[in-house]
Amino acid sequence: MEIKREDILHLADLSNFSLSEKEIDKLGGDLKDIIKYISQLDELDTDKVEPTYQVFEMDNVWRDDEIIPQDAEREMLLKLTKNEANHQIKVPKVL
Amino acid sequence: MKTANKKITAERLVKDALDKAKHFADYNIFTFLNEEGALKKAREIDARIARGEKVGKLAGVPYALKDNFLSPEGETTASAHILQEFISPVTATAVAKLEAEDAIMIGRTNLDAFAHGSSTENSFFGPTLNAYDKERVAGGSSGGSAVAVALDIVEFATGTDTGGSIRQPASFNGVFGLKPTYGCVSRYGVVAMASSTDCIGFFTKTPEDMDLLMSIASGQDPKDLTTLADYYNGESQEQCLEGLPEVTTEDDGASDPSLKNTVLAPRRIGIIKDFDNESVDKSIRDALKEKCELLKSKGHEIVELKMPSLKYALPAYYIIVPAEVASNLSRYDGVRYGFRSDESKDLDQLYENTRSEGFMPENKRRIMIGNFVLSSGFYDAYFLKAAKARTLIIEEYEKAFEKCDYILTPVSPSPAFKLGEKVNDPIAMYFEDVMSVSLNLAGVPGLTIPVGKTDTGLPIGLQLVGPRRSDKKLINFAKEIA
Repeated sequence: MEIKREDILHLADLSNFSLSEKEIDKLGGDLKDIIKYISQLDELDTDKVEPTYQVFEMDNVWRDDEIIPQDAEREMLLKLTKNEANHQIKVPKVL
Repeated sequence: MKTANKKITAERLVKDALDKAKHFADYNIFTFLNEEGALKKAREIDARIARGEKVGKLAGVPYALKDNFLSPEGETTASAHILQEFISPVTATAVAKLEAEDAIMIGRTNLDAFAHGSSTENSFFGPTLNAYDKERVAGGSSGGSAVAVALDIVEFATGTDTGGSIRQPASFNGVFGLKPTYGCVSRYGVVAMASSTDCIGFFTKTPEDMDLLMSIASGQDPKDLTTLADYYNGESQEQCLEGLPEVTTEDDGASDPSLKNTVLAPRRIGIIKDFDNESVDKSIRDALKEKCELLKSKGHEIVELKMPSLKYALPAYYIIVPAEVASNLSRYDGVRYGFRSDESKDLDQLYENTRSEGFMPENKRRIMIGNFVLSSGFYDAYFLKAAKARTLIIEEYEKAFEKCDYILTPVSPSPAFKLGEKVNDPIAMYFEDVMSVSLNLAGVPGLTIPVGKTDTGLPIGLQLVGPRRSDKKLINFAKEIA
């Protein structure tokens, strides 16, 4: 499968980062190799096989509807951000 | 392992460990040394011992924590730039359980950033060096933890294993490393890589230590809904020795029931024929043959297995795991914690700049592959196909364990390789995981057992694999054959 420059830029866009020219060249080559490698799954006959997403069946775990204390309080969480004002996390303009 | 008492104080144990950590600074094992915190804790434990109070099973035992376990002591960075300056307000369940038994964390260990890698060369802090040859890699991703135990700095270290990240560095540095059954140890508070294959485990010098740590760390956790109902401590020693036609003892005192003197019943050990080829280093194939001869001489049976689907484990793994990585790493955006790129004109640019600067090349590769295999048009051909291959791999293990009790295989195709040898060739690096990833896809446990050295003195390990929930049996069997 051919991986074009636009494909690399599209994947970077989906991934929410940008790439330098050098990265586009290097990652472009790498991705081509990796996709070729993982494409060998084509050989495998999986027509009547169900997919597995989790190795164990997951059951609902129920508990009483009570408020239990959280591990981290609001103040502790706010301390982690780089820019805080009036008990809010500050970011550059959204629109 | 040595625990603190009135004669050997916790302070002494911790000081010794810290001294050794500093002595081996050139190996680049630690991302953080917990000098103040560790000594403070040690003195508290010593005071309790002096007062005659009860202390935990790991009283004063110094340990190393892989830097992707959250705790408020030091920055939790996962060796990634994007998590710099992150001091966790929460503590991982596994850490809380160890600390409740009075173990003392003396430092956080280096890893491939976000555990993406098999050599610890993808760390933002540079590579960790192999304990036996400073020109070679420590293995990875838990390279720092493996070397900390191998150089005898600490009694044990924590690790995470998504595709071999405990077993391969354990093998490269000559120590025991366990990847438990999926869901045996809580993942709460551990930086997520691939949620359906991530496992929490340990590096130790003996199987006995491994057993003790697993008895403490395992168990259901309401904070991790994928944890299994407790089974590790439910299994009595007798159950682990089940099916014994006779119990003989090596000494004359036949009344001594302790495990040490017990000779286990003959077991059927599976050898995977598909792995017996030129792509595996001769020293490793020879070590496996030698071990098989030894097992036969002890009365065990060697069973040859054909597992043709395992060939597809690595490509399936490098579809499923990047897909989960892309999802799990989407949370790092510079807003709430960790590194934030300055001078972005709007929010979108803040996300983009932070992620562009904060991720290592391998992180970017995996996120992009993940988004590729999940994107419309490719989902069926890649992600769904891999999820189906995973079913075939699980079925193959189930069939294999009808024919044998355990499987013994190489951990990786070669002993520790040279620094820089594979770091620019992702496929060559991924191939390091070719024998380890199938266990994660199937959820079965695997234990690296050190079995010897190459002619040039590099450690060789083999991996003992069992069915799901056989963790304790694996460890007990390792006590006999190691």
